[in-house]
Amino acid sequence: MTATLFWTGFFVITSFALYIGIAIASRVGSTDEFYVAGHHVPPVFNGMATAADWMSAASFLSMAGLIAFSGYDGSVFLMGWTGGYVLLALLLAPYLRRFGKFTVPDFIGDRYYSDTARVVAVICAIFVSFTYIAGQMQGVGIAFSRFLEIPIEAGVIIGGLVVLMYATLGGMKGITYTQVAQYCVMIFAFMTPAIFISLQLTGSPVPQLGLVGNVADGTPLLMKLDGMLTELGFAPYTDGSKSTFDVFAITLALMAGTAGLPHVIVRFFTVPKAADARKSAGWALLFIGILYLTAPAVAVFARTNFIATVNESVYDAGTTDLVEGESETPDWFHRWENTGLLAFEDRNGDGRIQYRADPEVNEVTTLNRDIFVLANPEIANLPGWVIGLVVAGGIAAALSTAAGLLLVISSSISHDLCRKVLFKSMTDRQELLIARLSATGAVLIAILAGIYPPGFVASVVALAFGLAAASFFPAILLGIFWQRMSKEGAIAGMVTGLGVTGAYILTYKIFGWIPNNAEHWFLGVSPEGFGTIGMIISFAVSVTVSLLTPAPPPEVRELVERIRAP
Amino acid sequence: MTQDKSLARKAYWRANLGLMGVLLTIWFVVSFGFGILLRPWLDLVSLGGAPLGFWFAQQGSILTFILLIFYYAWAMNRLEARFAERLGSDDIPDPAGEDAS
Repeated sequence: MTATLFWTGFFVITSFALYIGIAIASRVGSTDEFYVAGHHVPPVFNGMATAADWMSAASFLSMAGLIAFSGYDGSVFLMGWTGGYVLLALLLAPYLRRFGKFTVPDFIGDRYYSDTARVVAVICAIFVSFTYIAGQMQGVGIAFSRFLEIPIEAGVIIGGLVVLMYATLGGMKGITYTQVAQYCVMIFAFMTPAIFISLQLTGSPVPQLGLVGNVADGTPLLMKLDGMLTELGFAPYTDGSKSTFDVFAITLALMAGTAGLPHVIVRFFTVPKAADARKSAGWALLFIGILYLTAPAVAVFARTNFIATVNESVYDAGTTDLVEGESETPDWFHRWENTGLLAFEDRNGDGRIQYRADPEVNEVTTLNRDIFVLANPEIANLPGWVIGLVVAGGIAAALSTAAGLLLVISSSISHDLCRKVLFKSMTDRQELLIARLSATGAVLIAILAGIYPPGFVASVVALAFGLAAASFFPAILLGIFWQRMSKEGAIAGMVTGLGVTGAYILTYKIFGWIPNNAEHWFLGVSPEGFGTIGMIISFAVSVTVSLLTPAPPPEVRELVERIRAP
Repeated sequence: MTQDKSLARKAYWRANLGLMGVLLTIWFVVSFGFGILLRPWLDLVSLGGAPLGFWFAQQGSILTFILLIFYYAWAMNRLEARFAERLGSDDIPDPAGEDAS
């Protein structure tokens, strides 16, 4: 592992130096540059930065593994996390860009002529962003501790300080160009092993073709995997276990949540004009698609390869004799056992690994889903430097998302709360100072959250999407497309959407008041999919309350006219 | 605002909504339709080695999404160019300014 350690250190340090170099080169001196990079980012670069902003450590490290274990059910993440960009490009981004200001609460506050609405939006934005950022910092810490033999705490602090440096110096401008660099690092790190594994397993260098291709004996890869899985007692890969209605609800919640997440929306404030916002959403989805179209292929390769090489293999050829036709457990299995991500227990004492669905006889007692991306380079027999690259890619994915979230938190506090509500006479310079201070404060909290992660980090990601889908998405959409929407309607809609969705997810996932299974769910909708129900309720409440309250004043009608006009 | 400009704005907005309606229908059909609701039937057919419904859920829908956004960006540019003369932007107050920065 020493060569791997060397290369990991090399890539991580080089990439950090690159990020800091970019930060120093893109220092900013005005709020305009700090919040939206002066509206000067070209659409292609914004697309790349959005892709890095959007794809977190979870997309990079965990998604392929998650799909590998859930087969068809994993489609909810693939469609949900990409389909939202269609909503963003068609329904939100160009109009918000034409609105021309800095943040999402800015739009809510102006469109709904109300500081109450603005404060509700600030609270939603901060809450959504903090739930997300804790997971990112933890990801950085784990990557450091696992691969660089540095304690988790030190890893989180180093990562936090690097983000702090480029976020406070360069604001959105610094974040944008580091995200462009981070995108390049992560996509190269993801694609290299994927291409080699595809070649090894299917003979095609294009993983997407490998997915629909045949294995050496001529059977389609997916059919072979289905057959292997059913033989071991698992459900077939191409069949799902979730109900159709739940799959529908989760997909829609993730789509609307994606379109309503403030750190994604603000990226579209940075391009020069509305037409660029549309184009840039296309580039963003293309860059995201490169990873998202490859991940399901990697998932199939990894699961197939795992069963083919590990199941019924001889664990230790030194003590057990190989019968003809048998093979030894691959080296990478032994190496990953040391990390605790994999564990084997020889229950029947035959010296061979039995991987089965039935927990009574299954001997692979621990199988962490992150392993499929992390171990890919070794499974494909790639040299040690590729592993280093994958680690640097995972850290890049986590840091780029953390930085985007950080900016949302700092701008919500300095711009929306301080400048627009509390101290209206503040100067630009003072606002910039507060923006930098609140970014620093947010990093410190994020570092703490990364070191002492709240136990429910994994489940709160569902919360972030559900809340965004049930609060921001309806409020922004109706604000653009329905002039009659009043401030009372917007506030009532956001608060109910937030309350209902939050309560549902807390009940099942965090406090466990009611058992979290399909029998006990409302209409059979899982907490992950409840954002859809929350969104429908929020729409209904917004419309009803708006119709019962006075219409918005003429200035607001003009504002809506203006953002709709080309 | 002159009579003609107001009419032109309405026509532009209607054209935009119409385009959006068509594209969002396609968005819905490839993901929620082919990938989820109609999957059991589509899976009876195969694309290469993959059941078609499964392929739409994990590949086809994403590919379509990318094309939809680029097409919308292109079509809107064309639409705006067509209306540019009748609409002009001289009378639209734009305090934050798209290019003001």
